[in-house]
Amino acid sequence: MRTLYDKIWERHIVHREPGRPTLLYIDLHLIHEVTSPQAFDGLRSNGRRVRRPDLTFATVDHAIPTLNRSLPFPDKVAWNQVETLRRNCSEFGIRLFDLDRIEQGIVHVLGPEQGMTQPGLTIVCGDSHTSTHGAFGALAFGIGTTEVEHVLATQTLPQTKADNLRVNVEGDLPFGVTAKDLILAVINRIGTNGGTGCVIEYTGKAIRSLSMEGRMTVCNMSIEAGARAGMIAPDDTTFDYLEGRPFAPKGENWERAVDHWRSLQSDPDAVYDRTVEIDAGELAPFVTWGTSPEMSVMVTEAVPEPAMGRDEASYIKALEYMGLEPSQPIEGIVIDRAFIGSCTNARIEDLRDAARVARGYRVASGVNAMVVPGSMQIKLQAEQEGLAEIFVEAGFEWRDAGCSMCLAMNDDVLGEGERCASTSNRNFEGRQGRGGRTHLVSPSMAAAAAIAGHLVDVRNWKFRS
Amino acid sequence: MTPFVKHTGRAVAIGLANIDTDQIIPKQFLKRTDRSGYGEFLFFNWRFLPDGSPDPGFVLNDPKYATSSILITGANFGCGSSREHAPWSLLDYGFRVIIASGFADIFFDNSLKNGLLPVSLPEPIVDELIKLSTSDEGLKLSVDLEDQIVSGAGLAVRFEIDPFRKESLLSGMDDIDFTLRHEAAISTFERDSMPIYRF
Ligand code: SF4
Repeated sequence: MRTLYDKIWERHIVHREPGRPTLLYIDLHLIHEVTSPQAFDGLRSNGRRVRRPDLTFATVDHAIPTLNRSLPFPDKVAWNQVETLRRNCSEFGIRLFDLDRIEQGIVHVLGPEQGMTQPGLTIVCGDSHTSTHGAFGALAFGIGTTEVEHVLATQTLPQTKADNLRVNVEGDLPFGVTAKDLILAVINRIGTNGGTGCVIEYTGKAIRSLSMEGRMTVCNMSIEAGARAGMIAPDDTTFDYLEGRPFAPKGENWERAVDHWRSLQSDPDAVYDRTVEIDAGELAPFVTWGTSPEMSVMVTEAVPEPAMGRDEASYIKALEYMGLEPSQPIEGIVIDRAFIGSCTNARIEDLRDAARVARGYRVASGVNAMVVPGSMQIKLQAEQEGLAEIFVEAGFEWRDAGCSMCLAMNDDVLGEGERCASTSNRNFEGRQGRGGRTHLVSPSMAAAAAIAGHLVDVRNWKFRS
Repeated sequence: MTPFVKHTGRAVAIGLANIDTDQIIPKQFLKRTDRSGYGEFLFFNWRFLPDGSPDPGFVLNDPKYATSSILITGANFGCGSSREHAPWSLLDYGFRVIIASGFADIFFDNSLKNGLLPVSLPEPIVDELIKLSTSDEGLKLSVDLEDQIVSGAGLAVRFEIDPFRKESLLSGMDDIDFTLRHEAAISTFERDSMPIYRF
């Protein structure tokens, strides 16, 4: 009768009593430079230690440069943040994947890549896209800085149980339609608060057929549907991905782990509070036209007419900000920039998708396009596979790993009025730079837009070899 | 945390749905390493024109609302990034209460942990309050956490809040102290129930 979420929840209960939140044990705590300094200050001022430094890992990703990493960065405030993290990690005995390490990367790329992200674990990080790790059948969610301090001090969190929302995606994704399009379609359907108060479990044939990279893209954007976490039950795809990774169990432990992980499934008669059904076969590449991830249409459609009713003010403000007209076709919207990166879409498979489109072409004149790998390891792998060469020959900038223009805390920023095809996850006003206009798309759609100079339907692409 | 018991103040409305934490406090202000001083950056891109001068068209710049301490807003307030800088900046600016028809989960928790009270009310009531706040005389509200009542302008509306959260806010209790009362249970869990597979 229990869902995967119910099972992981119950396994992690440290203490419960009526009328109070349940105290849950946290198996893995990931930290980064932006949301941790105040938490460490809190520990220090109360004379507290980190309870389990062995379950805590740190990296730098949000504010670091991706072009020139010579130290110290010109941005003094960002540099101070990195230095502060270094000091805190050494003072409290936490392992840090620093700028000079091959493992360094976006926190949600690094965890899975190093094999720390494992089925059945509870995982938290002071970052909303922690939902990414749910792709492995973990319960993973983002927390605020006060909670970061709480986990550092106690390795637990008081939590109230969320509802179970099932998103069942049957059928097969058509050619040219990716995990990114699927999750944009889900958010479009249920809205940016459709998952509020819920943990989403993704099920169905189309989900099972996804690679781990695709599953991470889907779970990553669960937060854009308002859900605290997204999860996918582990299977052979999960185990194949994890086997041999540095922090994954080894030898006899591996066998025992896989045996246990196989049991991490929702029961066939599990009860969900709500179920949403989606037919993958009906999907096409999705593009956002507004300033909220739910404001999207299929690439073959046009900017919608004003919605009648309450949200009209938001609609009008969004169109005005985006510089678009109602009923303007999506294909043909001219772009200035393309960004292939972020914890949503900067894994090796995303780069392969984009490179396949870019091969043998040149970025349109007047378009600035960049590729920012999710980790230094992915960067290296892409160079070994010849993907970097394809990008560079096509005129894309090839950067070092980091969050980069996903949130534009470093120098990678859209200018006022600049329009960008972006593989990131948020098209909020000013997210990629004040006055910047973001269209969220898949990696192949972003690459195609960079080359065409405007948004195009990648399903009609003439691939070159 | 500063306790919250009762608050009376003037209300100001930003009647948009889905106001995200990137709007509440843009990323360029997240590079600092302290908890205070974020008020001047609240709604930065809406409050200030690109040349740095205040945008006279934005409601918080209207002198009429200069002393407001209650913000009324649309559905799904605080969606997006988990940055706790969002409640820090709202509090530092002078807000003590946010009234909306709904909040994003992480923002909601972050607010409570800082003594900023998020009050969920049904949409028609929120719309009514927004209207009243823009009237000439403005809107003064009292928010009583003990009785769970928002009152003012002849209205008195009850709001729901989880009893534990209410108690924490009323007492200003620190979560860590509370959890550490269960330290023995944490140690027992670590001994008996930890997943077998460690890093
Ligand atoms: S890539 Fe973007 S969404 Fe992901 S952690 Fe970095 S800033 Fe957040």
